[in-house]
Amino acid sequence: MQTAGGLSACLPITSDLDLVWVRQHVRQAAAQLGFGLVAQTKLVTAASELARNTLVHGGGGQMECAPVNRGGVRGLRLTFSDEGPGIADLDQALRDGYTSAEGLGMGLGGARRLVHEFDIDSSPGRGTTVTVASWVSAPPRPREER
Amino acid sequence: MSEQEAEGHQVAPAQEVGDFLRLRREQIAQRWADAALFRTVFTVSRDEAVEAGRAVVEALAAVAAAERLEDPEADGFNVVRDQLARTAASRSRAGSTNSQISTEVDALRPPVLELLVADLSARGEEHVRECTTALTVLMGTLRMVVLETLLTAGQELIERQRLQLLEVATPVIKLWEGIVAVPLIGTLDSARSQVVMETLLDSIVEQHARFAILDITGVPTVDSLVAQHLMKTVAAARLMGAECIVSGIRPAIAQTIVHLGIDLGTVMTRASLADALAYALRQQGADIVAHVPDGAGPR
Ligand SMILES: Nc1ncnc2c1ncn2[C@@H]1O[C@H](COP(=O)(O)OP(=O)(O)O)[C@@H](O)[C@H]1O
Ligand SMILES: [Mg+2]
Repeated sequence: MQTAGGLSACLPITSDLDLVWVRQHVRQAAAQLGFGLVAQTKLVTAASELARNTLVHGGGGQMECAPVNRGGVRGLRLTFSDEGPGIADLDQALRDGYTSAEGLGMGLGGARRLVHEFDIDSSPGRGTTVTVASWVSAPPRPREER
Repeated sequence: MSEQEAEGHQVAPAQEVGDFLRLRREQIAQRWADAALFRTVFTVSRDEAVEAGRAVVEALAAVAAAERLEDPEADGFNVVRDQLARTAASRSRAGSTNSQISTEVDALRPPVLELLVADLSARGEEHVRECTTALTVLMGTLRMVVLETLLTAGQELIERQRLQLLEVATPVIKLWEGIVAVPLIGTLDSARSQVVMETLLDSIVEQHARFAILDITGVPTVDSLVAQHLMKTVAAARLMGAECIVSGIRPAIAQTIVHLGIDLGTVMTRASLADALAYALRQQGADIVAHVPDGAGPR
């Protein structure tokens, strides 16, 4: 459900159409926070990759979107989670060109390059959670988060 | 419940109705098989209509036993929700309006009510009144469940039509002898990409095109799937003997594609549709000269 705040949201990822909402929401949230056009495009594209993985490889799930503030720098954190098969070999999955389906195998690695922070938590049988964050300006040092 | 106990009945009306439904399942199903809702849907065999009716009676009995008479989300309904949805959808397809279907669901009540009153004839008037009220409430909830399935089906239809509209909106334009273009607008997910590719390839054949321009100015996001579709389309066009040019890659998207790590090196690109057209024309041997009016008139 989308909260009244507009920036925070938890969106379902269960169909191609949901991917459209995910991209639209991330674009609007990023624009609202003051992300420039290139930064917006990068974050939306990363979100598109990760949401599609949630749908295609994870069998569906959700994206949580939350504004964050670290040392006065504003950013957006996106969490994609599913309860699908999980990933047995993370290094392999992150390698450019590796795909277990018929993709280009550039989604995970590409998304990692498109955001400031990237974290993946997955184990076979338990599902996959990918958390990314990007900042409006240069990324602040991690420990200053509040 | 405590209220009912205070009134001094041993069995709550909802429970009584639940017991009655279970006991009279066969008779009710038989009567419903002749009601419009079931009769018109299960036209092939009356047995199927009875079977369907039986399932609904059982569901209602479960809902009553759980004392959730007014709750369309009651577990008991889950078992028959799909069946009810199919039944309602079938009436809908046959041209019935939602209110006609609602009336048909209402028409299931009198035969059951009649049986209930007959069964309870030995009991007090007050108890009979409470039980018939409970049954009426329960049947009202059934009607709500049926109407909800119709609304959901309606929403799904709208969504499907929206998607179809997206897919249809991919006109291939003949720009010049031997040059076709598709201005791509909006989301380029799998289904739509497939349509784009097919229409483009068809028109390459039809128009004997040597050049096909894919303009992506109107595509908001180019992720790896979109890039993959573009590359597939380019490769397919090549096999048909046409050269494909992708135009309208905006600067922000170009930068993003590079970070994503996708190599569009095999794809010919031009900044704008005009540039792409100029390139294609030149390749065909046409000369493009900017015409600057100099006040000397047309000759
Ligand atoms: N959410 C997920 N659940 C399970 N496996 C995943 C998930 N995300 C990615 N993977 C695995 O990682 C591989 C690489 O992902 P990605 O780089 O996006 O490439 P692609 O989606 O094109 O296959 C996938 O093919 C899949 O095997
Ligand atoms: Mg992927």
